[in-house]
Amino acid sequence: MTATVVKKATAPAPAQPDGARGRRLRRRGRIVALLFALPALLLLGALVVYPVLFSVGRSLFDATGTEFVGGENYAEMFRDPATLKAVRNTAVWVVVAPTLLTGLGLILAVLVEKVRWATAFKLLLFMPMAVSFLAAGIIFRLAYDEDPDKGVLNAAVVSVHDAFTGSSSYPTARARDGEGLTRERDGSYVTAADVSPGGTAALGLVGVAPKDLPGEAEPASGAASDTAAPDEVRGVVYLDFTPGGGGEPGVVDREESGLPGLTVEAVRDGKKVASTTTASDGSFRFTGLDDGAYALKLPSDNFAPPYEGVSWLGPALVTPAIIGAYLWIWTGFAMVLIGAGLATLPRDALEAARMDGANEWQIFRRITVPLLAPVLTVVFVTLVINVMKVFDLVYIIAPGPVQEDATVLATQMWLVSFGGGNNQGLGSALGVLLLLLVIPAMVFNVRRFKRSQR
Amino acid sequence: MNVIRRGLGNAVVQAFLVVIGLVWMTPLAGLFLSSLRSAEDTAKGGWWTVFTSPGQLSFDNYSALLDNSGITQAFWNTVLISVPTTVLVVVVAALAGYAFAWLEFPGRDTVFLVVVALLVVPVQIGLLPVAKLFGQLGLFGTIPGVVLFHVAYGLPFAVFLLRNYFAEMPKEMLEAARMDGGNEWRIFTRLVLPVGRPAIASLAIFQFLWVWNDMLVALLFADSSSQPLTVELQSQIRQFGSNVDVLAPGAFLSLVVPVVVFFAFQRHFVQGVMAGSVK
Repeated sequence: MTATVVKKATAPAPAQPDGARGRRLRRRGRIVALLFALPALLLLGALVVYPVLFSVGRSLFDATGTEFVGGENYAEMFRDPATLKAVRNTAVWVVVAPTLLTGLGLILAVLVEKVRWATAFKLLLFMPMAVSFLAAGIIFRLAYDEDPDKGVLNAAVVSVHDAFTGSSSYPTARARDGEGLTRERDGSYVTAADVSPGGTAALGLVGVAPKDLPGEAEPASGAASDTAAPDEVRGVVYLDFTPGGGGEPGVVDREESGLPGLTVEAVRDGKKVASTTTASDGSFRFTGLDDGAYALKLPSDNFAPPYEGVSWLGPALVTPAIIGAYLWIWTGFAMVLIGAGLATLPRDALEAARMDGANEWQIFRRITVPLLAPVLTVVFVTLVINVMKVFDLVYIIAPGPVQEDATVLATQMWLVSFGGGNNQGLGSALGVLLLLLVIPAMVFNVRRFKRSQR
Repeated sequence: MNVIRRGLGNAVVQAFLVVIGLVWMTPLAGLFLSSLRSAEDTAKGGWWTVFTSPGQLSFDNYSALLDNSGITQAFWNTVLISVPTTVLVVVVAALAGYAFAWLEFPGRDTVFLVVVALLVVPVQIGLLPVAKLFGQLGLFGTIPGVVLFHVAYGLPFAVFLLRNYFAEMPKEMLEAARMDGGNEWRIFTRLVLPVGRPAIASLAIFQFLWVWNDMLVALLFADSSSQPLTVELQSQIRQFGSNVDVLAPGAFLSLVVPVVVFFAFQRHFVQGVMAGSVK
């Protein structure tokens, strides 16, 4: 329809035609111009400008919209603990995420210039920008899973932790009462009767399910009958339980298994003098001991519950965890934008500095960063604007019960208005607050545009 | 000495970047491998166990997904929302961009400044009022409603981008076309659109991905029969843990389209995102 109307128009005023005909032409030109702009203006007016005005008005009324309450909703925003939490979390996001991203982007942009596969690297890091927040949210829900058998992050954390401290072998094991081992307050077990060099000991434990026995475990009865040399103490730690029944408590029966990998300590006068680890048949041996009475101790480390890793999505760490997911998405953006700025730096300034013997760090610190400052500012500001509106990632990654610890302005606005809160007055006020927060960016954009037009 | 040190430094840099690259790939690889494992295997251990027992991998989850009418419907809804939105944004913005760049009408420059100001308006502020408006018009919960909302909030950036690109065209080119008696519609379709192709391509790709990936707008404006993939998957996230065999392939399905678009149109994509970051 637009097309047919437009076709009738003649060329509008390249040279200025005068008289009545000229005026008619100019008017027709204006009509044509308005027809071109009209669809956009209508949509923007009805669905963007009008809603902004409506929200500002609505934010001055109560939850049901019947009573004028003035600034009450805005005051409520800073009284209501949930909303206050959202304001605080948004503040954390706005400070932390853009800072980390700009820093990381700068470092990577500088480093990637030194390798030949820079393009491939940039593509790889930029790719998450194509992935929806929803998909990224699911990806990171998986990665942050608390169970180290499911979440890759905790699997990594636990294996690093266990590599340094050793994993405990028998969290469920305990000693039977009155069978020669007494439990200390810290969870360790100590022999009731002392052992002297030349003596042996059989330490029986129960409470280890057959499936929890290490695969290497062997029957302990052979080692239990060994005798000790005059300057050594020998013994076994065994599972005092015969599968299928028939075993006698406190005795190493034929089929009873040794417990490998346990730490055993020889203690004299309350002080540890030697320490060893049991072999696959549960046997251990202390050699070169001075004469005297020793107590044997199974330290509590043997029985500590296994290290379960970090509770990434618990109340304390959920916001940093979600910011981590955000970094995965946006680092490539920061790197590419800063890299583009890097390409425009004057090469001779860098070369001259190199000639003068400046090292890479000095060049980075004294030349690259100061010259890049305007680009870094643009990246930072852009990220701040985007971070303020973060919604999907928080909504997806934070599990239900932790949602209120992770909430930010955008999610809070959603919850208050639509997600059960049903307070459209407060919801509108939160929307207006979001708008107010981006007004500096609005002014910045308008100014920059005006300047570019001169 | 210096050469050796530089070479060593370079090796360190390379190693560092390789590590970063691996870290960046791991989440996506984890999702993909998870999507190929059965619910029972997922309950037993993490996706990295496939390296020791690759027998777990199968496309069963994906064939189950194709039989899941909720998911396939949502996939088509995503297409039905993002393609028309992209076309409409490009057409409406190109018309307006041309008007703002080369046609005269009263208040043109002031109105354009308003458009620039609207660039950063958060969609959140439009949700409630537009929902009320669409409710009265019968558009609430329909695909056209979702499309219209997206078009409106895509327009400020689209008009801004195209107007600036069109404004760079040499004045003589347009005047010559007008002298030849071309009317504005002809000039627009035969001259402005072809010249503006690079900007239009960047805009279209950016807009398509933006809408394809949207969850927030559809969460409110779509009902269960018109909801896109993101919302369909979001509705299943409550049972997270027990349904990784649906969520992981679903998420992969939703991201494979944008990632293919990304690799096919790298340059336009990066330019579009960079330009769009003013939002």
